[in-house]
Amino acid sequence: MQFMLLFSRQGKLRLQKWYVPLSDKERKKISRDLVQTILARKPKMCSFLEWRDLKIVYKRYASLYFCCAVEDQDNELITLEIIHRYVELLDKYFGSVCELDIIFNFEKAYFILDEFLLGGEAQETSKKNVLKAIEQADLLQEAIEQADLLQEVRLLTDP
Amino acid sequence: MPAVSKGDGMRGLAVFISDIRNCKSKEAEIKRINKELANIRSKFKGDKALDGYSKKKYVCKLLFIFLLGHDIDFGHMEAVNLLSSNKYTEKQIGYLFISVLVNSNSELIRLINNAIKNDLSSRNPTFMCLALHCIANVGSREMAEAFAGEIPRILVAGDTMDSVKQSAALCLLRLYKASPDLVLMGEWTSRVVHLLNDQHMGVVTAAISLITCLSSKNPDEFKTCVSLAVSRLSRIVSSASTDLQDYTYYFVPAPWLSCKLLRLLQCYPPPEDGAVKGRLVECLETILNKAQEPPKSKKVQHSNAKNAILFEAISLIIHYDSEPNLLVRACNQLGQFLQHRETNLRYLALESMCTLASSEFSHEAVKTHIETVINALKTERDVSVRQRAADLLYAMCDRSNAKQIVAEMLSYLETADYSIREEMVLKVAILAEKYAVDYSWYVDTILNLIRIAGDYVSEEVWYRVIQIVINRDDVQGYAAKTVFEALQAPACHENMVKVGGYILGEFGNLIAGDPRSSPLVQFNLLHSKFHLCSVPTRALLLSAYIKFINLFPETKATIQEVLRSDSQIRNSDVELQQRAVEYLKLSSIASTDVLATVLEEMPPFPERESSILAKLKKKKGPGAVSVELEDGKERGELNGGGDRGGDAAIAASNASTPSPSADLLGLRSAAPVSGAAPSAGSLLVDVFSEAGPAASSAGVNDDGFLSALHAPEASDSPLVEGPGDSDSAPPSAASEDPAPPLPESDELLNKFVCKNNGVLFENQLLQIGIKSEYRQNLGRMYLFYGNKTSVQFVSFSTTVSCPGELQSQLNVQTKTVEPLVEGGAQVQQVINIECLTDFIDAPLLNIKFRYGGALQNISLKLPVTINKFFQPTEMAAADFFQRWKQLSQPQQEAQKIFKASHGMDTEVLKAKLLGLGTALLENVDPNPENYVCAGVIQTKAQQVGCLLRLEPNAQAQPGEQMYRLTLRSSKDTVSQRVCDLLAEQF
Repeated sequence: MQFMLLFSRQGKLRLQKWYVPLSDKERKKISRDLVQTILARKPKMCSFLEWRDLKIVYKRYASLYFCCAVEDQDNELITLEIIHRYVELLDKYFGSVCELDIIFNFEKAYFILDEFLLGGEAQETSKKNVLKAIEQADLLQEAIEQADLLQEVRLLTDP
Repeated sequence: MPAVSKGDGMRGLAVFISDIRNCKSKEAEIKRINKELANIRSKFKGDKALDGYSKKKYVCKLLFIFLLGHDIDFGHMEAVNLLSSNKYTEKQIGYLFISVLVNSNSELIRLINNAIKNDLSSRNPTFMCLALHCIANVGSREMAEAFAGEIPRILVAGDTMDSVKQSAALCLLRLYKASPDLVLMGEWTSRVVHLLNDQHMGVVTAAISLITCLSSKNPDEFKTCVSLAVSRLSRIVSSASTDLQDYTYYFVPAPWLSCKLLRLLQCYPPPEDGAVKGRLVECLETILNKAQEPPKSKKVQHSNAKNAILFEAISLIIHYDSEPNLLVRACNQLGQFLQHRETNLRYLALESMCTLASSEFSHEAVKTHIETVINALKTERDVSVRQRAADLLYAMCDRSNAKQIVAEMLSYLETADYSIREEMVLKVAILAEKYAVDYSWYVDTILNLIRIAGDYVSEEVWYRVIQIVINRDDVQGYAAKTVFEALQAPACHENMVKVGGYILGEFGNLIAGDPRSSPLVQFNLLHSKFHLCSVPTRALLLSAYIKFINLFPETKATIQEVLRSDSQIRNSDVELQQRAVEYLKLSSIASTDVLATVLEEMPPFPERESSILAKLKKKKGPGAVSVELEDGKERGELNGGGDRGGDAAIAASNASTPSPSADLLGLRSAAPVSGAAPSAGSLLVDVFSEAGPAASSAGVNDDGFLSALHAPEASDSPLVEGPGDSDSAPPSAASEDPAPPLPESDELLNKFVCKNNGVLFENQLLQIGIKSEYRQNLGRMYLFYGNKTSVQFVSFSTTVSCPGELQSQLNVQTKTVEPLVEGGAQVQQVINIECLTDFIDAPLLNIKFRYGGALQNISLKLPVTINKFFQPTEMAAADFFQRWKQLSQPQQEAQKIFKASHGMDTEVLKAKLLGLGTALLENVDPNPENYVCAGVIQTKAQQVGCLLRLEPNAQAQPGEQMYRLTLRSSKDTVSQRVCDLLAEQF
């Protein structure tokens, strides 16, 4: 996979992940072109299109479009299910995910994506395992915060 | 779990995001952002040290602002600081910032790499994964340099956690894709392949992507993966839907892994081992069978996952192209999908069938679906599906259905979407030509094409119709008649005028007998279009007029009148003015004989492949055109690199096709042209001498007449240089052979005698870097071709050859490179070298490509020299002298005394001698000024021991300094060659 974009029906980019080196300018141009192309398509149209020398696979979930660019020999249907699995992961993590969750917790959306896809390839397709990794990280964070808290308490009570 | 995201700190961030969302206008948003940037900047610059939390929060805000599309030019240092925090979330945000906003600041890169190094060695799997994710996300060359050595070790180490292995595998893949020269698998290969057997499905899923990429680049080294992949696939395919627990997706066992396994197998030909092959065929049959079973779930995810595997299996079947039974079954399955209610499946079925159409086993089966496909072309609502249908019609076209398909495509063209018209036009033109039984049908089709979609008819198309008409006597009259009729239309496309002008100029006489198309009628018809046309077309029409004067003397007065008019002879366009002046002179001065010779009918064009193919290919990208080469295609082509086969064929056809524009230019096409100007000149001289002295002197005496005779050559130049025609400049016949090696290639070769890496060659367009390694009698060389321009190189190809004797001395194998090198891009080529016996000459490397139309043809010597196969041999002084004595026959020794061309710096000399590949023996020669070395040259046939002594007279004045170099070896040719090579180095 070369890149993944999440954008709203209004064309606002909510998440962008690039797996090939491109300049900032190129990224902006690609995003703009693609968002326009996809938003112009009608609901019943097929989820795949040829775009430059890439295949675009996209799907709309509520107000958000998920769009992946894959190479010529890549499998369109399995890419479609990569998108779905990612949505499931977000859904499970946030609990009925909606666009706002991704806006306000964009960093989490990136972390979950990194656990699932790395370098544009599926790293771990088991929902349980991906969520376990994220969960562990969250626990680690809580443990550290607890420790901080204890330290602060001790500081306060020391004479 | 959701509580985590709600409760955890960074309230400031949430408030900021809300503020942005509440902005009513773009201006308000920018204002709010600038305020925030100022705030963050002052915090970062302030005297008070920020705590980790604040730093994290501000860095996160910067990230948010960047992702909104604004530029961020600070905060990198703070993000790097976060990397070394021991708080997980701070570290995590730091890494995220770095991953999204990499900066090539070298100081920063060093700091980042340090932090990553620490985390990689922390033994904390969570930290290790974060670091690996960062490397995979950035993937820069600097990171590859720093970590490409370490990651394979992490990947295969026994004590590495599964999750870390997964990240390491994909991290390595990213580095390999970005900097293949830095990732050397070597000793890790077999352990990496065996990850396919790993217990943990996640590890297999991640590792297989890496293995697939490596296999596609180095199939031989990874070929043991085939049987492992087949048995893994077989276990998955035969497992019940619950066996794989969480790796089952909507009742489909491990769909991602299955697809990846099937994809990996496509890097290889069918397994040779009968048992493995049998097992694989069984898997493929099971997958096809499952497609017929009732679905286990109504969810679209279930059918998508199941069909993803099915399509991948069909791709593999097509790739093998050797199992007629499976191919036909695949075709039937796709046939069912052609009428499926899911648009996605119809789209994919059309796409997949396109490749099936090119297999001899399934071509007929595909053809049975023609009506469905035509229907799809007419009724699909989605243009991308219609496009696939058009592609498939094109692919399934053969002599039996060409007329039907071309007619359908033409009628579709009347309403086709603008986005696909040009491509459709090219395809119709190709099919019409390829399957033309009677050429009147062909002419009709092309003229129809121009009528329906004239704007989309490129020059290649109308050049081609003219080439064909010129070459076929039987169609010339018909073509003249048809084009004459087509020009009657009140509004006809300019391309029609071009074809009309050319054809009537050549063959108007064939219809001149009919009073309805008498010469004057023809001329008036053409001239009625003249004023509506662009300059190049007008120029072409003027040439048609002068041909008319030759064909029909009765039109001479009328046409001369036209040429003489101010609008021609004083035209503001230099080209038109020149033609008018020169043609007028030509028609009034030259005798009818001269005129007839100059304007003789065009000679037939040499038979050749159509240049339209190349055009289509350029438009569609690689792979799209391989289909129409089916007739001449070798059976092996589908097995591995069908695209490449297509490319090669097209490159070949390109190569043998002089520019279509050049061909149409009248005088000079009969002979191969090596340089346009001189040859045109000489041709004109011939015309003169045939015409006799009178004409000759007339020409010399009359101002402008000489240049008039140049006119047909020079004045057609606007057509040659017309836009879009840039890559079809006429290559001379000779330049297609590999050029002789560059004069400096020996010098370049000498540069590499004592080193293995560096820049081999560089000019304004191209840089060739080289990296090589040798072991025993084997060597591997990596060549890096860098395109220094911003324009792509097309038809890029390289060949390595061993001239003469060398053929039996060296075994050199190369992998082909992609024929397209984008501007600024670099492609790599691996060359494997086996030394069979000792040798003297170097292999030749020839590189050809087109840059902006001009063929570049460069030959170099590959720096493979006999010393590359040295194994250093350490030995004591006594041993050395004993062997030295043993090699005392005169032919075993070679000696040279030569002047030093560089200073005699001891360290430089030592480095060179080591670079030669021998061991430098200390304390052997009684004179400490001298150097002695020993090594064994490894060839397949034999080993040749070699001793060396270099005696400098370092005390002499600069300019007088000399060396005596003595080589002794068990083989005379080796002594001599090494001596010669080394003598050039000092």
